[in-house]
Amino acid sequence: MITRREALMGTAMAAVVAGMPPFATEARAAVGRPDIAALPRQKVMLVTPPFVHAHEQVASGGPKIIEFTMTIEEKPMVIDDEGTTLQAMTFNGSVPGPLMVVHQDDYVELTLVNPESNSLAHNIDFHAATGALGGGELSLVNPGEQVTLRFRATRSGTFVYHCAPGGPMIPWHVVSGMSGAIMVLPRDGLKDEKGEPLRYDRIYYVGESDFYIPRDRDGRYKSYESAGDAYQDTMELMRGLIPTHEVFNGRVGALTGDNAMTANVGETVLIVHSQANRDTRPHLIGGHGDHVWEQGKFANPPAKDLETWFIRGGSAGAALYTFLQPGIYAYVNHNLIEAVELGATAHFMVEGDWDDDLMTQVEAPKAIATN
Amino acid sequence: MSFDILHIIGGLAAAAAIPASLLGAADWLVDRPVEPPFPAAQTVAVSGRVAYPLPGEFLRDGRPAAAPRRLEEVAAFEIMTYQVSVLDYRRCVEAGACRQADARPGQALRTPVTGVSHLDAEAYAAWYSQATGGRWRLPSAAEWALAAGERFSGEDLPVVADADNPARRWLSAYRAESARGRASVSEPQPRGAFGANRRGLYDLAGNVWEWTATCYARSTLTPDGREIAGTVENCGVHVLEGRHRAYMSDFIRDGKSGGCAVGVPPDNLGFRLVREPRGTGLAERVRQAVRRVFR
Repeated sequence: MITRREALMGTAMAAVVAGMPPFATEARAAVGRPDIAALPRQKVMLVTPPFVHAHEQVASGGPKIIEFTMTIEEKPMVIDDEGTTLQAMTFNGSVPGPLMVVHQDDYVELTLVNPESNSLAHNIDFHAATGALGGGELSLVNPGEQVTLRFRATRSGTFVYHCAPGGPMIPWHVVSGMSGAIMVLPRDGLKDEKGEPLRYDRIYYVGESDFYIPRDRDGRYKSYESAGDAYQDTMELMRGLIPTHEVFNGRVGALTGDNAMTANVGETVLIVHSQANRDTRPHLIGGHGDHVWEQGKFANPPAKDLETWFIRGGSAGAALYTFLQPGIYAYVNHNLIEAVELGATAHFMVEGDWDDDLMTQVEAPKAIATN
Repeated sequence: MSFDILHIIGGLAAAAAIPASLLGAADWLVDRPVEPPFPAAQTVAVSGRVAYPLPGEFLRDGRPAAAPRRLEEVAAFEIMTYQVSVLDYRRCVEAGACRQADARPGQALRTPVTGVSHLDAEAYAAWYSQATGGRWRLPSAAEWALAAGERFSGEDLPVVADADNPARRWLSAYRAESARGRASVSEPQPRGAFGANRRGLYDLAGNVWEWTATCYARSTLTPDGREIAGTVENCGVHVLEGRHRAYMSDFIRDGKSGGCAVGVPPDNLGFRLVREPRGTGLAERVRQAVRRVFR
């Protein structure tokens, strides 16, 4: 039975669709269907975030099949300085999983390995892919199995991927560490709002995670023998929606100190930022976002001169910035409680010459003048 | 019970812990509130001269400068052999004179109390003085430096003064902080875990930083850098000493959230007290002299 409201909504939607230009259809038709067997293949070794495997910013040839392999690792990981342990599930051993970079119209061919030593079934849902729950339906692997999935990267942008093995397993696997991102670059590279090319000298991938670690009666974080042992307590805590840890790259302080990200004055850095589960709002303290794809999709012109950008839970965005001053920059989730109390803080160490024109301390602190 | 008797049996570790260990039950404390006066903690007598970098920030020609080192004659004092423990502090809470600490739950009673602010430490000192009949207070930064001896570190961050590029100082300090070793564990450990210094004081520069009575201050140095031309004190912020020097607002109980945007904060905040000499009478001076000789 169709209610009156649904009928009205349906009519309105039909009108909108009828009035829309058939962009999407045209785009698909223009690309065509290449002969897969004839396409060149390229094997890419993934690297651990925040680093990103070597890649071309502008594609030098036509579409290719890019082959990746990721091994799922279930393992305990320490997530803060107190030694709190998460029974983590990871793509390729890291939280987040590695950033994969391809170009639009390339084919992503992923072999997903779930070693016998794991205890749970896993799969992968690519937000960049079309159909079969993002590939989740075609990629479920039990311990001791592997699967190979291929999808065509039809849309450019930064997209989350995550494990989604059904029902309550989905959020649990995600907040146990199973998410990452893929960046599908336009074949001719990034462009500003006028269509002029944009380039980056360095790229970093920051994957933000919300963790929910149960506490015992005394208020201490509990550790568990296995992920399965942690499930019941963790799920109960997750339902409250308040994380105990909100961190970049798997643990409090993962991108600080010796592991702080680096750059030089004058260099342009692309920061890809994902959060598979929860909204976040990156901010570079003392810097800006020169060009920001908040939603991460490169078909849209970048926003300019942002102070803070919003990454919706379940998405990845990209921010381009040219450093103008040396020093220590904090890169934070600008919910400052999450940044300082829950852990969502990273640092950039930037070398170079200070520009007095941009900022100077006119007079050092001194006692208030009384006369 | 006099101090000297306690000193003799001091090998049993903290005197304050004796009643509980003899009776074998911590609930002795819960059932029967401590009636003052009760035995004071084991202490070590300290006096002498100390050369140490002054706490606070220093400016010279409007630029950050290294802290000047001063040689100070410190009047004789006694300082607690161990940091104030969970058990010690609980007595103050039970007497209604101290607020419950934010210490991590389930800690052994002989663990140094942590999760305490400067205000908490001062409240404890006031109560403890009354309870024991002595004059107890937090040590000054100079007293702490003298007592800590070879365990004292004070400022250890390089001050790179580059008039054209303030970022050089920030970067070098950041690198030094990153390279600075941390205690192997951040969780407070039972008393004695970090060993004694040459004076016999335990757990200095372990993973519990200690509040001092010294205020944070910013001073302007004379152009030659030798004298202090002027100082603005902020006594809402006090100096903490430990593996490295830190400054915290008086109400902060957790070093991790009390620091600034970048930098490695203290693992835990705690304290130990000093006792001022009881008097200048002959008997007291003889007692102190004898104790010094036999230490």
